[in-house]
Amino acid sequence: MIAFLILLLLICGAYCIVVTRSMIRAIIGIELLIKAVTLLIIAAGNMTGRTATAQSLAITIIIIEVVVAATAAGIALWVFKRTGTLDVRNLRNLKG
Amino acid sequence: MPSLMILIPLFGVIILNLVFAVNSRMKKAAFWLALAIFSLQVVVAVFHHPALWNDSLGRIDSFLNVSFFVDHLSFIMFICIGMVSIASLFVARYGMKDEDDIFKFINLLIMASIGMSGIVMVKDIFSLYVFMEITAVSSFLLIAFPRSLESLEGSFKYLILSSIATVLMLTSIGILFLAAGGTDFDAIAAAIGASYENALVLAAIGLFICGLFIKGGLVPFHGWLPDAYTAAPAPVSVLLAGVVTKSAGIYTMIRITTSLLPHYQSVNNILMLVGTISIFAGALAAIGQDNFKRMLAYSSISQMGYIILGLGTGTILGIAGAVFHLLNHSIFKSLLFVNSAAVEKEIGTSDMNRMGGISQKMPVTGTTSVIAFLSTCGIPPLSGFWSKVIIVIALWQAGQYAYASLAIIASIITLAYFLSMQRRVFFGKLRAGLENLKDAEGGVLTVSVVLAALTIGIGIFFPFVFNTLILPVKEILVR
Amino acid sequence: MTIINIDNALLIVTAIAAIWTVMGRSLLKATIGLAVTSAAISVIIFRLESPLAAVFELSVCAGLITAVFVSAISLTKPLTHKEILYASKDRMKRYIYLPVILLVLGAALAFVKIWPGLVIAAPAAASQPEARSLLWDFRRLDILGQVIILLAGAFGIVLLFGEKKNK
Repeated sequence: MIAFLILLLLICGAYCIVVTRSMIRAIIGIELLIKAVTLLIIAAGNMTGRTATAQSLAITIIIIEVVVAATAAGIALWVFKRTGTLDVRNLRNLKG
Repeated sequence: MPSLMILIPLFGVIILNLVFAVNSRMKKAAFWLALAIFSLQVVVAVFHHPALWNDSLGRIDSFLNVSFFVDHLSFIMFICIGMVSIASLFVARYGMKDEDDIFKFINLLIMASIGMSGIVMVKDIFSLYVFMEITAVSSFLLIAFPRSLESLEGSFKYLILSSIATVLMLTSIGILFLAAGGTDFDAIAAAIGASYENALVLAAIGLFICGLFIKGGLVPFHGWLPDAYTAAPAPVSVLLAGVVTKSAGIYTMIRITTSLLPHYQSVNNILMLVGTISIFAGALAAIGQDNFKRMLAYSSISQMGYIILGLGTGTILGIAGAVFHLLNHSIFKSLLFVNSAAVEKEIGTSDMNRMGGISQKMPVTGTTSVIAFLSTCGIPPLSGFWSKVIIVIALWQAGQYAYASLAIIASIITLAYFLSMQRRVFFGKLRAGLENLKDAEGGVLTVSVVLAALTIGIGIFFPFVFNTLILPVKEILVR
Repeated sequence: MTIINIDNALLIVTAIAAIWTVMGRSLLKATIGLAVTSAAISVIIFRLESPLAAVFELSVCAGLITAVFVSAISLTKPLTHKEILYASKDRMKRYIYLPVILLVLGAALAFVKIWPGLVIAAPAAASQPEARSLLWDFRRLDILGQVIILLAGAFGIVLLFGEKKNK
C-alpha cells in the first residue's frame, strides 16, 4: 500500500513541476518529491528491520532539503523583485 | 588524513568569518588565506606521500568513524579542484571590485570545494548525496551571485533540474538500501551482484545513471548547462565548467560504474551511445552560437561526451583515457573561461559579433586561447591530442570501430567551430571602437599563462605524466 | 479485517492532501496542502516505528518549510481578482489531467501483475541500536555534512536576504 502512496506522491510532484507556471509551486513540487523519497527510505528501513539507519538517513535528507528550499525561495523572491511576478514564462531570456 | 581535506577548508571558512570579517583590510587578506588552502590541496595531492595519506594520521578519520576511498583517481580530482579554484579566485579578484563581494564569494567558493572534495573521497552512496548537495547549493548561490535577472534565471533552472536529479538518485538509493540493508559501496556492490536481474534493482541503476547524466549535463539532459554557464559571473563559469559538473557528474559516473556495476555490459553501451550523442549535439550546437561563453558551454558538453565514451569501453586503457581527458579538459576549458572572463571584462560583452581582431590588443589572452583551442581539437603535441588518441585507441581495441571513427569525425567539427570563433574574436581586422583595448591585469594573465604552460607541458611530457599520474588509476578496476 | 483501519485512512488522507497541494487554487492553499501532507506523512513515519524521523518531518517540513513558503508568498504581490478568474480558467485545462493520469495508472497497476518480479530478497534484520546513537556512531560524516550545508545555507541567507547597497 505504501508503495502506491510513494508512487502517487512522485507523480503529483513531477506533474506539479512540469505543468506549473509559478516558481513557488515548482518548489512545492520538489518538496513533494522529496517527501516521497523520505517515505521510501523509512519504509525500506521498516521492511528490512533497519529503522535506525533509515531514520538517520531521513533526518539528513530533511535538513538538507530545508536549505535547498530556503535557497530556492530566496532566488524566487529576487526574481519577483526584478520582474514583479513569479511566472516562469518570464524566464525565457535564456534558451537551453 | 583524508578527512582533513574537508576539515581544513571548513576551519578556514570559520576563521575567515570570525577573524577576517572585521574590517576591509582583513577582508582583502581573505584572498590569500583561500589561496593558501587551495594550494595546500594541490600540493598534498600532487606529492601524495604515503605518510600523509596512510594510517599514521588516521586518528581524525577514526574519530569521524568513516573509511574513505582515496586512490589515484581521487588525487587527480583533488588536483583539478584545487587548480580550478585558484583560477576562479584570481578571476574573481580581477572581476569584482567590491571587497565585500569578494569576501562572500570566497566563502561560497571554499564551501563548493569542500563539497567536491567530499564527493571524490566518500565510500558511501548516501554521503555521496550529502556532499553533492553541498556542492549544488553552493553552486546555486554562486550562479545567483550578481542577482541580475539573467543569473537568477540560470540559477533557478539549475536548482530545479539538479533537485530532480537528486530525487532520482535518492529514489535509487532508497531501493538499493532496501536491497542491501546499508549504503556502503561494498554492501551495495554485493547486493547488486546477488540480484542483478531484479527489475527493481535495474530500475534503481537506471534512475541513478539518469541523475548523474543530469548533473553532468550530458545531452538528453543538458538543458540547464548552457544557461547556467552563460548566466553565471565569470569566476563561477570557470568553476562550473572546470570542476563542478566533472566531480558531481563524471567522476561519480566513473566511480559508480567501476565499483558498483561491473556486471552490466548494457550500462557501457548506454554510456557510449550517450557520449557519442553528446559529442555531436554539443559540437553542432556550438557552431551556431553568437555568445562566447555559450559556445564554450556547448563545447564543454561535447568534450564531456568524449570522457563518457572512453569510460564506456570498460577497459583499463579506456578509463585511463577518460580520466586523462578529464584532467586535460579541466585545464584547458578553465583556461578558455578565464580568457573569456578577460575579454568580457575588457570589452563589456560576450557577444562575438562585437569582437574581432582583439589578439592585437590582448596578445597574451589571444595566444593562450589559441593553445587551449588547439588542445581541445586534439592537435599534437598538446595534451588534448594524447587523451583523445588514447580514447580512440581504446575504442578500437574494444572492437567499437564505429564509435572510434565517429570520435575522429567529431574532432573535425570541433576544429570547425573553434576556427570560426578564433576568426571572429581574436584574428582578423580590429573592430572599430576597440582601439583603446588593453590586456587583462597581471594576476589573470599569470593564471592563463600557467594553465597554457600546463597544457603544453602535459602534451610534451606525455609519457611521464601518463605513467606516473594517470595509469595508476587502473587500480579502480582491479579492486 | 476491516478495510478502514488507521493506516489506510492515513494513506488516503495523505493522497488527498497531495493532490490538493498540486491542484489548489492559490499558492497559500497549496502551501497549506503541503503542510497537511507533511503532517500526515509524519504520522505514517511514526507508525513505521521511526519516531525520531517523524518528529523531524513534523517540526521541520510541516513547520519550518511552511513558514518559509508563507513568508515568501506574503512578500510577493497577490494577483488581482480578475487575474485570478482568468488564471483559474486557464488552470483547469492544465491541471485536470492529474486525476486522469492517476486513475489510469492506478487501474493499470491493479490489473497488470508486475509485482512478483519486484520483490527483493531483503537482508536479514540485524539488532539495531537507537537512531540517536546510530547517527552519531556510524554516520558522523553525514552530521559533518549537515553542519557544512547549514553553513552554506547561512551564507546563502546573508547573500540573498542580507543588506545590500542598491546598484
